[in-house]
Amino acid sequence: MFYREAGDFKTSYEADNQTFPIAFDRYRYWFVLAVAFLVIPFVINDYWANALLVPFLIYAIAAIGLNILTGYCGQVSLGTGGFMAVGAYACYKLMTAFPDINILFHILLAGGITAIVGAAFGLPSLRIKGFYLAVATLAAQFFLVWMFNKVPWFYNNSASGQISAPERTVFNVPVTGPNTEAWAMYLVCLVFVTLSAIIARNMTRGSMGRKWMAIRDMDIAAEIIGVNPLRAKLSAFAISSFFVGISGALFFAVYLGAVEVGEVFGITKSFLVLFMIIIGGLGTIFGAFAGAAFLVCLPVVLKLIGVDLFGWPPDLVAHFQLVIVGLLIMFFLIKEPHGFAQLWRVAKEKLRLWPFPY
Amino acid sequence: MPADFLYGVEVVLNGLMAGVMYALVALGFVLIFKASGIFNFAQGVMALFAALTLVGIMQGQVPFAHLINEIFGTEVHHFGWEVPALLAILLTLVVMIALAWSIQKFLFKHLVGQEPIILFMATIGLAYFLEGLGDLMWGSNIKTLDLGLPQGGSRWIEDATAGLGGDDFYGFFIDKLDLVATLVAIVLVLSLIAFSQYTKHGRAMRAVADDHQAALSVGISLNFIWVLVWSLAGLVALVAGVMWGAKSGVQFSLSLIALKALPVLMLGGFTSIPGAIVGGLIIGVGEKLFEYTIGAPFLGGATENWFAYMLALMFLVFRPQGLFGEKIIERV
Repeated sequence: MFYREAGDFKTSYEADNQTFPIAFDRYRYWFVLAVAFLVIPFVINDYWANALLVPFLIYAIAAIGLNILTGYCGQVSLGTGGFMAVGAYACYKLMTAFPDINILFHILLAGGITAIVGAAFGLPSLRIKGFYLAVATLAAQFFLVWMFNKVPWFYNNSASGQISAPERTVFNVPVTGPNTEAWAMYLVCLVFVTLSAIIARNMTRGSMGRKWMAIRDMDIAAEIIGVNPLRAKLSAFAISSFFVGISGALFFAVYLGAVEVGEVFGITKSFLVLFMIIIGGLGTIFGAFAGAAFLVCLPVVLKLIGVDLFGWPPDLVAHFQLVIVGLLIMFFLIKEPHGFAQLWRVAKEKLRLWPFPY
Repeated sequence: MPADFLYGVEVVLNGLMAGVMYALVALGFVLIFKASGIFNFAQGVMALFAALTLVGIMQGQVPFAHLINEIFGTEVHHFGWEVPALLAILLTLVVMIALAWSIQKFLFKHLVGQEPIILFMATIGLAYFLEGLGDLMWGSNIKTLDLGLPQGGSRWIEDATAGLGGDDFYGFFIDKLDLVATLVAIVLVLSLIAFSQYTKHGRAMRAVADDHQAALSVGISLNFIWVLVWSLAGLVALVAGVMWGAKSGVQFSLSLIALKALPVLMLGGFTSIPGAIVGGLIIGVGEKLFEYTIGAPFLGGATENWFAYMLALMFLVFRPQGLFGEKIIERV
């Protein structure tokens, strides 16, 4: 009824090229942004922030990053956890070395450092392809985690081997450290998510994204029509790692506050983020959000049902959770291998004709 | 001979033994990848599941005991009998074949023709499912697997080699279990090769590995072959699970050995059975030697975590298809 392209005339190239060409999509987009920025910060409490919203936002950034590499450029990476660790440790070193500079710059710089590391580990992708590359990125995962465990310089020689974030403020409001309030945590993450999504969306619409997709679809053919594979692949690795690094920095500094690298940024994290983009939908920005929301909510919901409703012991519920997550992943792949994004697309097609489908 | 050199030799020998263990897991990967193009991430969890089932059957545990007790308020844990090892192994094999059949029937039958990455993700889902299922069925506590396999150092080898060095050298220390594992691995590989060369189904399996379409057109049932391949992978997983389980107890970390098998595969090539074995040996020796010569003295140890991957990475940069993999030919 409302979701129509008909009558939505464009009179300039800008209007024709905009991200959401359909008016209803634009209203929805602004509505979501308005609710996220103007309503939620006032009603949020600690439980909602810590259990759902903040992890969702942070994972969404990581998923956007991995989606650029895997979904748009076709390079499967299992090193996401390692790159998140680079972001976290870079942020920690910067925070403790330059305490006077604003934390937001540290987080951005941490992303930049991760981009360099990611590009370095992306170099073999010029020779190695497919699953061989996926396994090769495991080298990054295990090597980086080992390095952060073994080299005391990275954790400033602290006795426990952990890193913990000191208190830093933005506009005199603490955003890291124990005194952070829920809304401040949420807002910092939200700003980064919004910017990441806008940047990623526009990058993938532009010439760079087209080059990535050409490489994904067939790299030799792309090379023949003049895409430089070195540049395209390395830029995908660098930009993907930039976002992943930012999410790692936020995960450590804003969300957890203290981190033990093997536990938090282990191989399971890499798989989790990969699941998010597969379930959400490869090669879409919306999919990154949908997948992150789904996999952040699922354990919380299962725990609510199992522990609070049935009164089962937590370890039993944890086992059930594995079974259900496994089943759901297999079910989704069978029913809709292209993820939530495809469901959303189908739903929009239906909406366009509603209520009079032919 | 200088003692340092002899210790080096001992490290190499132990590396070879560890390599055999890696090769055992890698073998399961290769079997499935060759026949169906599925990169089976669940191989390690299958080994864990097989070992858990074996221990559970041997000790006469009631499956899903925790769950049953929680729902019905009962207190059942054991049937009260113990099953002899050989029978338990056979029963476990039956379970693994049933598992292979249901994996094919309920999962991969519906995913025919999907992209490799989707199949790969499905096996990760399968890994999660099996891990949870194993814990639900048999409990998540660490179990000991006692099949009566010989344990401890081999005195015979120690005594026989003690004369090589000076007075402070007591001979090579080699775990008896590793020797048994090597023997079992050799038997397993020989029988797999014999199976695929000389039996009807083995030949059909190789035909499918060569070309799905051509195999279909001469009347080979793809469905049956895939169930067969998954069952064989289950058998290999059982052997690997028994060996690793006897070595370090049956627990969750068992499923992580699958990750160690990945660089082995890269080195040997995803499609080559000899490659899996040679790759396993190279990785086993390489990581032990690196830890002994460079890792422990200069880098703070625990380099075994990543060295295998780095070695494989360096190697692949120069030979992208692995040692024995099929040459990659790309056409537009």
